[in-house]
Amino acid sequence: MRETLALISQHEELLYFIVLSIFVGIEVIGGVPTILHTPLMSGANAIHGVVIVGAIFVMLNADPSNYMALILGFLAVLLGTLNVVGGFVVTDRMLEMFKKKK
Amino acid sequence: MGGQVLGIFYLIASVTFIIGLKLMGNAKTARNGNLIGAAGMILAILGTLFLHHGQVNPVIYILIFLAILIGTIIGWTTAKKVQMTKMPELVSMFNGMGGACAALISLIEFNHQALSAESISKGTLVSIMAGLVIGSVSFSGSIIAFLKLNGTMKNPIRLPSYNVINTIILSLLLLFAGYMVFTGGSLILAYALFASALFYGIMFVIPIGGADMPVVISLLNSFTGLAAAFGGFLYHNKVMLTGGILVGSAGTLLTLIMCKAMNRPLSNVIFGAFGASTTAETSTETKGNIKDIAVADLAVLMNYSKKIVIVPGYGLAVAQAQHVIHELEILLEERGVEVKYAIHPVAGRMPGHMNVLLAEANVDYGKLVEMDEINPEFESTDVVLVVGANDVVNPAAKNNPSSPIYGMPILEVDKAKNIIVNKRSMNAGYAGIENDLFYDPKTSMFFGDAKKALTELVAEIKTL
Repeated sequence: MRETLALISQHEELLYFIVLSIFVGIEVIGGVPTILHTPLMSGANAIHGVVIVGAIFVMLNADPSNYMALILGFLAVLLGTLNVVGGFVVTDRMLEMFKKKK
Repeated sequence: MGGQVLGIFYLIASVTFIIGLKLMGNAKTARNGNLIGAAGMILAILGTLFLHHGQVNPVIYILIFLAILIGTIIGWTTAKKVQMTKMPELVSMFNGMGGACAALISLIEFNHQALSAESISKGTLVSIMAGLVIGSVSFSGSIIAFLKLNGTMKNPIRLPSYNVINTIILSLLLLFAGYMVFTGGSLILAYALFASALFYGIMFVIPIGGADMPVVISLLNSFTGLAAAFGGFLYHNKVMLTGGILVGSAGTLLTLIMCKAMNRPLSNVIFGAFGASTTAETSTETKGNIKDIAVADLAVLMNYSKKIVIVPGYGLAVAQAQHVIHELEILLEERGVEVKYAIHPVAGRMPGHMNVLLAEANVDYGKLVEMDEINPEFESTDVVLVVGANDVVNPAAKNNPSSPIYGMPILEVDKAKNIIVNKRSMNAGYAGIENDLFYDPKTSMFFGDAKKALTELVAEIKTL
């Protein structure tokens, strides 16, 4: 119990940050027309590709002699890139079609 | 210095994510929103790469660049080449990649921390285990969703009392993760947790039917966001936190909105097998007769109508008939017929999917009419042409309280003077329920693959 409390007070700022971000996320999506659900989902999908930043960070701090870490890290960066690039490009393709006729 | 600049980069990237998502909520600004988000992402990635302080072995840089290069090439080409009808499964695939990335980060970080002499703090362990479990579930779940959408895995596989089994597996998984946090675990156990989470992801998605996949993908999408956020927690990395949490909360809300459009609670999607309990009772009712119509008769009927409403559905997407339908529309307009499209919120495979498909075929945006606007117009409509749609026009949703789709808002096509339904066969729709519309005296069935049947119809009308 004490440990949990300590953990919470230690990260108080972070928790504020998290709670506010949650509200921003909800607020930002509110009132979206149904026709935009698919592109929006796809766009959000691309944004969580930000996880690639963690993958790069892990790689930069990896021990060059730890092959297992290097292999997994390489894979992580590769998969993260796929998520980011594929996500943004496919969203752009969807939205391009909406624009053409407007 | 570098670190402070990086902090600013991350701040800018976070703001672009928020603005990007906001702009994506409006058809006019959506494309710019996506591009703004992408620009922020590039900034965050470049900053992380080049503003890193501390010595880094050149081999590592080479490996990172190689991975980014390969990922960019594959991601770019698949995203550019994929057919618009196959888009939902691609989104699912990319989502799975992000989940796997988060899980791998956790594995490496656990390995890294376990090797160092200091004991790992509980906060770190919680972030690592949460990232590992959520990322893995999202990965394997997305792969199953992908297989279901591309047709490799057609029918939902339901073990007897799968809900109980899945709940037990989930509880065990959480206990396992909790055990890891409290004891510190070992590397082998971490791999075992990874494998268990992958297994749960498969079990989670496998019983859910294809029609509900969009909701599942949206849910897994928010899971990956959450996994990314835990990664941010682990490294106190603000941009991962904002990006991850934004997608986590926005994705959850989007999932709920989608469920609402289908008038089903999320719990029903996850735990309830669609139609399984009610098919038996509805099939015993007497149905009346089915009437079908020949191409020539249909051509005459349509040619001399004043107003036609087309209801495109999933079958149209499967048959790739969006271009033919546009041709039909142009032809009829030339003959002085008023043609509109009625778009149900969940037409196609995902909300809004049908709009994208028809936009691809150059259908005028203004002709796509949403459900609430078109419903009052059906009474003055001469012919409704339903192409490959089923559940969204099923009158049972309005007048049969025992139907599993009762309460779902539908397109009220049964008010039109003539109803033409194009279907490949009399099989039930995705939801697996009978459709009384087909037995309506005003309804004629126009059997055949949408693309083939419509091509014939167009040719026939041209001869008139």
